[in-house]
Amino acid sequence: MSSTTAETGLSPTPPRARAGKTPVAPALRRKHRRELRTALAFLSPWLIGFAIFFAYPLISTVYFSFMHYDGYNPPNFVGGKNWTYVLTQNPYFWTAMRNTLWLVVVMVTLRVIFGLGIGMLITKIKTGAGFFRTAFYLPYLAPPVAATIGFAFLLNPGTGPVNHLLGQLGLPQPGWFNDPNWSKPSLVLLALWGIGDLMVIFMAALLDVPTEQYEAASLDGAGPFQRFRYVTLPNIMPIIMFAVVTGVIQTLQYYTQAMVAGQVASGTLSGSGQNYFPGYPGGSTWTVPQLVYNLGFQSNDDIGSACVVSLVLFVLAMAFTSLLMRRRAGLMGDD
Amino acid sequence: MSDTLTLNPARSASATGPKSAAHRRAVRQRRLNWIAVHSLGIAAALFFLLPFVFLFLTSLMSDNQTLSANVWPQHWVWSNYVNVFKVPGFTDWWKNSIEYSVIGTVLTVVSSVPAAYALAKFRFPGRRAAMMAVISMMMLPPQVIIVPMYLLWTNQLHLTGTIWPLVIPMAFGDAFSIFLLRQFLLTIPKEYLDAAKVDGCGEWTTLRRVVLPMIKPAVSAVALFQFFYCWNDFFGPQIYLAQNPNAWTVSYGLQTFHSAHHTDWNLTMAATLLVMAPVIIVFFFAQKAFIEGVTLTGVKG
Repeated sequence: MSSTTAETGLSPTPPRARAGKTPVAPALRRKHRRELRTALAFLSPWLIGFAIFFAYPLISTVYFSFMHYDGYNPPNFVGGKNWTYVLTQNPYFWTAMRNTLWLVVVMVTLRVIFGLGIGMLITKIKTGAGFFRTAFYLPYLAPPVAATIGFAFLLNPGTGPVNHLLGQLGLPQPGWFNDPNWSKPSLVLLALWGIGDLMVIFMAALLDVPTEQYEAASLDGAGPFQRFRYVTLPNIMPIIMFAVVTGVIQTLQYYTQAMVAGQVASGTLSGSGQNYFPGYPGGSTWTVPQLVYNLGFQSNDDIGSACVVSLVLFVLAMAFTSLLMRRRAGLMGDD
Repeated sequence: MSDTLTLNPARSASATGPKSAAHRRAVRQRRLNWIAVHSLGIAAALFFLLPFVFLFLTSLMSDNQTLSANVWPQHWVWSNYVNVFKVPGFTDWWKNSIEYSVIGTVLTVVSSVPAAYALAKFRFPGRRAAMMAVISMMMLPPQVIIVPMYLLWTNQLHLTGTIWPLVIPMAFGDAFSIFLLRQFLLTIPKEYLDAAKVDGCGEWTTLRRVVLPMIKPAVSAVALFQFFYCWNDFFGPQIYLAQNPNAWTVSYGLQTFHSAHHTDWNLTMAATLLVMAPVIIVFFFAQKAFIEGVTLTGVKG
């Protein structure tokens, strides 16, 4: 303590004047050093976690992507063989990529539009607002496995109540989770059912729009659509961006619902053990995360190839994350 | 809307004549709006609630009625909710789920609060980098690192088949919880903390005595999110618990439940609703904290 005071106090060198920054006084610098020490103490559990549960496995994934490894025998270096295998030979990689990107585009777009619509509706509802808000929110809480099994029952083409109803109304009865053309739209329907998170976020954003702006727009003769276009949209644009980017990242991880829907709809698990073929029906519900699981844990313990698929997923997720950090400084807070 | 015209004194003074007609038109317009908005609301409520109703009705049917065309139970078989617990393992899964959710939530809160506090209130070099690391961790799909993680837990630590691979990482801070707590901490004026320091509190004491009581809503939101995350988790148990059916959680077991009893939709639906129940009950008790938490994820900043 005293030595640092002497050292900095006697030091005749002028304060380093970096461009645009005010010089740091010695006392302040000392305070900084103390704050750094306390910060490290507070952050240490997380820093250890970051090293063990993020940095280490990430580096390890890159390492294994160049290895042939089955989890039992020692890994041996095979160069880019896993990469060429996954990108050119694996029969499911591009199917999974296509499906995941389809889900990213369609599911995120529809969820944002529907979420905004429900958010606007809930801000307009005056009578029984509490009831409606809870009703709209409730499905979001349903555990994904439970919700998916429920929907697989409701949408069962032969015996489910939805097709019974459609039949009675004389409407076409789709094959839902059992039809390759309908399986992904059915998953989208399930995702729209659980819109509660976006509803709440949009509701809060809509209530934050200054009412004076609506009044001014009305005085200028703007109709409801013009008010939405020129007042609402610009005000909530940051939230829409946020919903889109986080939606994309969530959908890149889309796993549980696709897998459970395929299993329940195929019905092959029942009685006969592990006969279920992933991506049922017809590969239409394969997603990239499922391929990681399938390659690494399910079919042939091809850990090298599983890590290649993991890294593809990582690159996609980080690309969108950097977009989120750049486009919306708010995420970083007060800097 | 035309009410706002009266804000302009010049207009309202000159428009006293046609005001009553305009007023009547406005009232009618408002009434029509009310009807339109609430009809839409009812339609939406049906979309969101009918699936629950159908599941509930099915869960009360007899075995051979579930595949028939009618949606109303002929006999209300309440005993389905008792019989479902006679399915082997089902009771254990509940115990495991509660264990996973409670331990996971406690560890997450205890380890995330100090980290969030440091990131929000301390100035130190690398603070920005640390925050970017938190966001990167938050956005990382769990499948990216799952292979080395599994190898670590199974080959080095021999802990697969127990809940430890699921909960131990939570003792080292959860990125999403840190992020959310930090967003909330940013809204607390620095003067409170300075005042505490003037009174001679160290950083730990300030955190415990001054900050913690102020961030209670965010802490309860984080606790709820984490509880729901653990309860709903499917991927984690599938990787680490699949080998040991005694360690399964309800969310994982439910899916195999269906495959073992695929024709018994009534029992499957009873089990499905039972798995949903704790989450929904917790939500009703803590609705306010929860909604505030969701809002916080998107709106602050």
